[in-house]
Amino acid sequence: MSGNTEALKQNVVWRRRTPQGDVLAWGAWLAIVLATVLSFRQISNVTIWDFVWDAPQQGADLLSRAVPPRWGYASVLWKPLWDTVNMATMGTLAAVILGIPVAVLAARNTTPSVLLVRPLALFVIVASRSINSLIWALVLVVIIGPGPLAGTLAIALRSVGFIGKLLYEAIEEIDPVQVEATEATGASRAQVLAWGIMPQVAPAIAGIGVFRWDINIREATVLGLVGAGGIGLQLEASVATLAWPQVSVILLLILATVIVSEWVSVRVRQAIT
Amino acid sequence: MEINWTRAAEGWQRGGRFLAAFVPPDFTSKWDDIAEGLLESVTMTVVSTVLGLALSVPVAVGAARNLAPRPVYLLCRAVLVVSRTFQEVLIAILFVAMFGFGPLAGTLTLAFATIGFVGKLLAEDIEATDPAQLEAMRATGGSFLQGLAWGILPQVKPRLLGLSLYRVDINFRESAVLGIVGAGGIGATLNTSLDRYEFDTAAAILLLIILIVMVCEYVSGVIRRAAL
Repeated sequence: MSGNTEALKQNVVWRRRTPQGDVLAWGAWLAIVLATVLSFRQISNVTIWDFVWDAPQQGADLLSRAVPPRWGYASVLWKPLWDTVNMATMGTLAAVILGIPVAVLAARNTTPSVLLVRPLALFVIVASRSINSLIWALVLVVIIGPGPLAGTLAIALRSVGFIGKLLYEAIEEIDPVQVEATEATGASRAQVLAWGIMPQVAPAIAGIGVFRWDINIREATVLGLVGAGGIGLQLEASVATLAWPQVSVILLLILATVIVSEWVSVRVRQAIT
Repeated sequence: MEINWTRAAEGWQRGGRFLAAFVPPDFTSKWDDIAEGLLESVTMTVVSTVLGLALSVPVAVGAARNLAPRPVYLLCRAVLVVSRTFQEVLIAILFVAMFGFGPLAGTLTLAFATIGFVGKLLAEDIEATDPAQLEAMRATGGSFLQGLAWGILPQVKPRLLGLSLYRVDINFRESAVLGIVGAGGIGATLNTSLDRYEFDTAAAILLLIILIVMVCEYVSGVIRRAAL
């Protein structure tokens, strides 16, 4: 209080930040603007701007070719679409199964060794998350040949990191009392895991799994572009032959599928929590 | 799902040889290409994140039920749904057809995807704000924009910052695949190296992507702690 009245007497101008804070804030903004301008120049240098100014016309042209959609083509698409959904579902299941042990190893309160095992598990998580499923698919198609299996594995490999990360955060936030109670009965490590920890994170596992499944449906639609099965294969073929009416059918089908899967996912997650 | 198990069994050996071809990663022989690709990815990330954020804030305001009139709300929600439904690569295919090959198509793709992601989550956060502060601003005679700046922004700022930092990560990771459809970035370099069976170079690129994402995550953690 006395500080305030003194300040009033001395006619102090109140500032939101300290002078250093001001410099830092302005410096940060300057850095962002500078980085953006330099980056844009870099991009602009390798862009053929004539094509860009042409874009609205090209877009209109594309649209006029894509409409009306060739609905008859849809009959060919049910099987690839089913494959796509299966790839996402199986991939997510595999990722949940693989992601649980990784998360247990990565969580600070359950890892056998904070120094040795935890960094390894964290690296697995980051590596899996950093590499897009399309790149995993690109690599896997060469190893196990084209087809839905490559796509399923690609989805699984990409999702392990996602599920592992969210799950280990959930494990670190559990209530330690239940763990202690289980330990107090003389339970082994595995028993503590099964009875003290798993019941607490089971809803999280289900929620994360369904959330990722929804994302995976979206991802699975493009895996066919590199030969990993699903509707992307038809898309690739249609784009390559400039069959835009078929492209529009595929895109509309994908839109419908994704909206349905998102609805399912939201419903399930609401039911869980 | 039809799995050709004999093919899969044969594949393991081939897969082993294939994996062996990845080590050791070769950073040097194609370093110029890798550096160029990485630089392009980074520039795409920066521009697309800034552009996407600048566009997603108005869309988020429009898609918040407590701020926007009904027609605007529906329009903005439609934009968000379309942007979030299609995988980046699908959008990139269309943008490459429209804007030509190169990083600009990729940048616009990522900016568009950023709108859907940040827009939706920010709109939800705006809807969850405490209405009392906005009312207080209106009661003092503040305009709509002043209400946004002083009633809403302070409440959603932490979320906005968090989402922006997270999106930098995502945009960088996604920029690595857009090259596959010709939209520029390190993905083009990666795709070329896989096509040429230069798996050791591909391994180097994958490691660099992982490394940069790790650095990004670390830096964004530092920024988040410093700013909040």
